[in-house]
Amino acid sequence: MPNDSKREIGSLSSNIEHGVMEHDTDDLWGDSRVLMNIGPTHPSMHGALRMVAQLNGETIEKSYCEFGYTHRAKEKLGENRTYHQFVVYTDRLNYCSALINNVAYAMAVEKLMGVELPPRAIWIRMMCAEIARIMDHLVCVGINAVDLGAFSFFLYGFHQREEGYSLIEELCGARLTTSYTRIGGLMHDAPEGWEKRCKAWVVKTRKVIDEMDELLTGNKIWCQRTIGVGVFSRQQCLDYSFSGPVARAAGIDLDLRRDQPCMFYKNVEFDVPIARNGDVFDRYMVRMEEIRQSLNIVSQCADKIQPGPIWAEDKRVRIPDKDVVHNTMEGMIHHFKFFMHGFDVPEGEAYTQFEAANGELGFYIVSKGSPRAHRMRIRGPSVWHFQGLDPMVKGSKIADAVAALGSINIIAGELDR
Amino acid sequence: MTNFEWLTMGAKIAFIVVVLLQVVPIMVWVERRGSALMQNRLGPNRIGPLGLLQSICDVVKFFFKEDRAPGHVNKFYYTLAPLIVLVPAFMTFAVIPFASSIVIDGQTVNFQIADLNVGLLYIFSVASLGVYGIIMSGWSSNNKYALLGSLRSTSQMISYELSMGLSIIGIVMVFSSVELGAIARGQGEAFFSVGMLTIPKWGIFIQPIGFIVFLTSVFAETNRLPFDLPEGESEIVAGYHIEYGSMKFALFFMAEYINMTVGAALITTLFFGGWQMLPGMHWLLEVMNLDGMAHEWVRILFEAASFGAKVCFFMWFFVWVRWTIPRFRYDQLMDLGWKVMLPLSLVNIFLTGVLIYYKVL
Repeated sequence: MPNDSKREIGSLSSNIEHGVMEHDTDDLWGDSRVLMNIGPTHPSMHGALRMVAQLNGETIEKSYCEFGYTHRAKEKLGENRTYHQFVVYTDRLNYCSALINNVAYAMAVEKLMGVELPPRAIWIRMMCAEIARIMDHLVCVGINAVDLGAFSFFLYGFHQREEGYSLIEELCGARLTTSYTRIGGLMHDAPEGWEKRCKAWVVKTRKVIDEMDELLTGNKIWCQRTIGVGVFSRQQCLDYSFSGPVARAAGIDLDLRRDQPCMFYKNVEFDVPIARNGDVFDRYMVRMEEIRQSLNIVSQCADKIQPGPIWAEDKRVRIPDKDVVHNTMEGMIHHFKFFMHGFDVPEGEAYTQFEAANGELGFYIVSKGSPRAHRMRIRGPSVWHFQGLDPMVKGSKIADAVAALGSINIIAGELDR
Repeated sequence: MTNFEWLTMGAKIAFIVVVLLQVVPIMVWVERRGSALMQNRLGPNRIGPLGLLQSICDVVKFFFKEDRAPGHVNKFYYTLAPLIVLVPAFMTFAVIPFASSIVIDGQTVNFQIADLNVGLLYIFSVASLGVYGIIMSGWSSNNKYALLGSLRSTSQMISYELSMGLSIIGIVMVFSSVELGAIARGQGEAFFSVGMLTIPKWGIFIQPIGFIVFLTSVFAETNRLPFDLPEGESEIVAGYHIEYGSMKFALFFMAEYINMTVGAALITTLFFGGWQMLPGMHWLLEVMNLDGMAHEWVRILFEAASFGAKVCFFMWFFVWVRWTIPRFRYDQLMDLGWKVMLPLSLVNIFLTGVLIYYKVL
């Protein structure tokens, strides 16, 4: 084992020397630099990421980021599973906001099939997406704070996140891996009084967010640790095609919910927070404000939601009701065919993009008319953000690298797929 | 030394060691329950009343863990390091007075293991020994994270020891002594009176700047948040004790809490009147109207209780701060130490000198 690891590190370092890092011959201390592996198993490398850093003291002179440790061939699986079966795989993309992935995927397939959803299903999906966004942001700012040593802040947010999961549990029985959407509908209707409980949760979460804000935002150490750290300018963000809160923190006024409204986002009012400096602090502030805006959206949705059907009136995608399945032969056959064979999706291709918690989440599906996708590609925003980590942390301290990584919210599930 | 002196000395040493060893599990419990209180959680509450026995279970667990060392370490220094961290932590407490003195059969007994005439110097020299253990552990672990942790720790301790030492020069000037016993006694005098209220000559009142610098430096010396960079679990994983397990790790852990206790005791002794009784206790003592030895023993008890209460408050303060604020970055820590704390303590010395010259203090 020791020999193996030596060889690996040796080959990697020569790799870096030739490729990414060149040797500075003028520097007397050139040879004293330390090549350090941060990750793949490191408490602040969320998921399994690896950063090889060349350190001068504590300063990262050059680095090299690597991913792929949690690769599960999701896109290939998408070509080998029916459209319904793939819903569960979307949970495991960005597992902090599984519902957004469910919704975005369902939207992609529905676009390909031309299925129109009834309003209630859309409202519930919107609420789900926003609740998931809030929880994702709570995790992101919380973990970012934990990486900088502020543990209580994180738990304040986590408590509220658990409450949010309880709301989601009422919908689909699962907390983390929800698999809530179906093509053309939802797994279950929202239970009686769910909207009211959502509104109560919104009120409480707003209070908690204010409390978290008071605890950390004005804290001098927190400001010192985050302002001017991990800066990624507007131009760099454009070059690296960043999206979501990270891009907005650098001043790119882009929010797909507003700019390409899908579902009923036109019917609700919300602001898109923008910051200018693109540092860790701005990303934190943008996320905190987005949580507040999403809370507004949730409560507006809860006001507007009406009772009604949750399934599209489309024979192709509608899962037969259980009493029909159990009591009629035709229903039984339909059910059997529906789940064993799947439903055929007309030939064509579709790309949907949705403003996920981290940025633009896209599903690109090519269909050749069979019940399985011919090609399934996913655009996870983390992939783009992760590419920017090297330039972002160059010349900063290890502690800053940890802060920067936390602030761009890399989710390994989404990064590696 | 007479038999009596041997006896009292033995009793005092045993008392201090036992108390310090007990502080560790209790503080771990306080830390966990306290953080839980702040974070809307319950904390350990299953074993014993209020989960008090949880720490005992943890200790037992540590004892039964396999005591192994990774293959790539330097065994000798690797084993030695935790001891070198732990022992000075205990030793520092030797000069801290936890009550005044009592006369038994015509012989005076000081409630202090050793009333050294170089008390403060002793504390600084012994306390700075602890850093050798950390350097050793970082170096002998043969691990880059551990090395970074020990490097951080070394520079942090050296930087803050400077401002720590300078911050109490003011106290030394005012009381004209480096003996901790004398400093504690001196703080019993009245500073000034406003009507009924008498402000004693506690360090906090006569040396507010010195207190702030000292408090900050104690946080840095004990490696507690916001200065826990040598550990920095999210950056360098666990810093210098990354390669340690079982009881060896537990020794580091104990040393941290004992250092905390020593830090709190030092703050109390230098700035909060040491064993000087808390307000109201003098009155209570008079009301009890005891006589002879009983009075003396109750007085000692009250003084020790006051000392304990003050120390407990600062221990809680350590916990409180840890769970409230984030961690500094390494260079910011150095900036704070050299650019803020050091000038501040120098200014404090100058101010104290001026005030002493004009007979204000």
